[in-house]
Amino acid sequence: MSEQIQPLDAPPSAWQRFLDSHLWHSFTKDRVAQFSLLIFAAYAIMALLAPLIAPYNPYDPAQIDILNAEMPPSWEAGSDPAFWLGTDAQGRDLWSTILYGTRVSLTIGLCAVVLQALIGIVIGLLAGYRGGRIDSLLMRFADVQLSFSTMMVAIVVLAVFQATFGTELYQELAMVMLILVIGIAEWPQYARTIRASVLAEKKKEYVDAARVIGLKAPRIMFRHILPNTLSPILVISTVQVANAIIAEASLSFLGLGMPVSEPSLGSLISSGFEYIFSGSWWITVIPGAVLISLVLVMNLLGDWLRDVLNPKLYKG
Amino acid sequence: MNAQAKSLVQIRDLYKRFSISGDFLDQLKFRGGKLVREQQHVHAINGVNLDVQRGEALCVVGESGCGKSTIARTVMGLLKPSAGSISYGGERIDHLSDRQILPYRRKMQMIFQNPYASLNPRMTIAQTLEEPVRFHNPKASATEVRDKVHEVMQSVGIDPSWGKRFSHEFSGGQRQRISIARALAVDPEFIVADEPISALDVSIQAQVLNLMMDAQESRNLTYLFITHDLSVVEHFGTRVAVMYLGSLCELAPTKALFATPRHPYSQALLSAIPRLEDGRPAHIRLQGEVSTPVNLPSGCVFHGRCPHANERCSREIPTLIATSEGGQVACHAVQEGRF
Repeated sequence: MSEQIQPLDAPPSAWQRFLDSHLWHSFTKDRVAQFSLLIFAAYAIMALLAPLIAPYNPYDPAQIDILNAEMPPSWEAGSDPAFWLGTDAQGRDLWSTILYGTRVSLTIGLCAVVLQALIGIVIGLLAGYRGGRIDSLLMRFADVQLSFSTMMVAIVVLAVFQATFGTELYQELAMVMLILVIGIAEWPQYARTIRASVLAEKKKEYVDAARVIGLKAPRIMFRHILPNTLSPILVISTVQVANAIIAEASLSFLGLGMPVSEPSLGSLISSGFEYIFSGSWWITVIPGAVLISLVLVMNLLGDWLRDVLNPKLYKG
Repeated sequence: MNAQAKSLVQIRDLYKRFSISGDFLDQLKFRGGKLVREQQHVHAINGVNLDVQRGEALCVVGESGCGKSTIARTVMGLLKPSAGSISYGGERIDHLSDRQILPYRRKMQMIFQNPYASLNPRMTIAQTLEEPVRFHNPKASATEVRDKVHEVMQSVGIDPSWGKRFSHEFSGGQRQRISIARALAVDPEFIVADEPISALDVSIQAQVLNLMMDAQESRNLTYLFITHDLSVVEHFGTRVAVMYLGSLCELAPTKALFATPRHPYSQALLSAIPRLEDGRPAHIRLQGEVSTPVNLPSGCVFHGRCPHANERCSREIPTLIATSEGGQVACHAVQEGRF
């Protein structure tokens, strides 16, 4: 029962703590997670450095020659060595277009999820922390929102916008509109998840301690409770980015997404679809494979994160 | 009225009910073909009057579910009372807004039961301790804040160089010291301690208790100490309040209560302390179960289990009467001299 204070070594740095963490240990053991992260990193680099990697600029009409249209990829007969993945129906280099398209798809996915997260976190925190009537009201809003499918809302909004303001303005604002629509339509996913963790966290005594200090509700919500609900936010974010990319691709496929002049992966697939029976399968299949593997690795990463951060499987 | 002048915290006719009937739609029921609204409440506190005097350590004891913690949380403003008032230094504080209550927040602090939940796991110890200091002294410079945090950390026996660590790197006893440091960081006069040592190892309990007593001496603190550990009460308390089912049974100076408990419930409670002595009265076994706080018994809440109860006890709620030992007891049998 000595009252002596034992001196300790210097506290570990943030990096050291990360290397000691369960997250890192589980990552070093999980081949699927390593593989997925590797692929995802490759996608991210491709998207970021697209203007440097791509041999052509698909947005520049001067570099497109209609005479090069529908060239097959390099392993097929009749290919041109200048276009190793072939060209699309307008004579754009498919490899360059895919690089730029990945960039567009990832940008829309990430921005839409940031928007979802912002709305969802604020509403979820408010509903969970305040409780009572505010909680009931906000959650009923979420229920109503969830009862419309995202695609339906998006199709209606985008079609009405296109009809009202004309296709030209729509094509200019396509990316912003897609981000807004997908972002706003999916906020209840975040709000519900966060509300559930806030309900669990706010019963803990550190929240009472913060109230006893006299801190205001917003500060308690954002500084004390929010950091403790980050694990589920992280998990749904990975899945939601994949969902947003899929949603964007579906909308583009239906002609409500990115214009043909600035194609995302979805609109590229859609534009090639008309030529698939004329033998030019690569315009649809190659961007399709790129999209599927992107979504697949993100879902795999999300699954792995969910397992690692699940307190039922591991308590830290 | 001399006692009134000295008292720091006054609890008057405090009631606290919690609804257990859910929201409005859940409360609607069909009874005999009619739609009626039914509400059920847990009566956690039923008309408690209590004064905490400046400089004392008032211990509140009682079994689980008797409303001890509810009193602590209501006094701190974490819960709003259903009826009654709470005053601090003569000023009523239970109905103040968040802004109006701020000056009292630095005079009243709280220590929590569970040291594993009362520190934010995502904040370092230094951040946890700096927050109240910064919040209540917005003009303080970074050095002043750091000096203050170092001072409280040293006073609770935590090395200030540990400030960069997170709470999960500490043991339960160390965490409870940090909790105490957080409460002391704003230089309070009054501390509510809600079972601060019940989650700790027995060997650590004494250390933390001594730390709290040292702090009381050096900082001139007043404690409202919630516990169910009677040996702690004997060691720590100036006065003791015994509670049963949300009501105050007996309030007495510690020595008087342990020497001559007056209320039948206090007698039964004290006889349950295991002791290495011969010739003491045998353990009083109470009959029956604690009644539910949802449907409170009429009259004295203890009458169903009291060996001295008569018809008056089941009819009339006893009020506190002064005893010869300087305490107060709420019992018809004591008042009538029936035992």
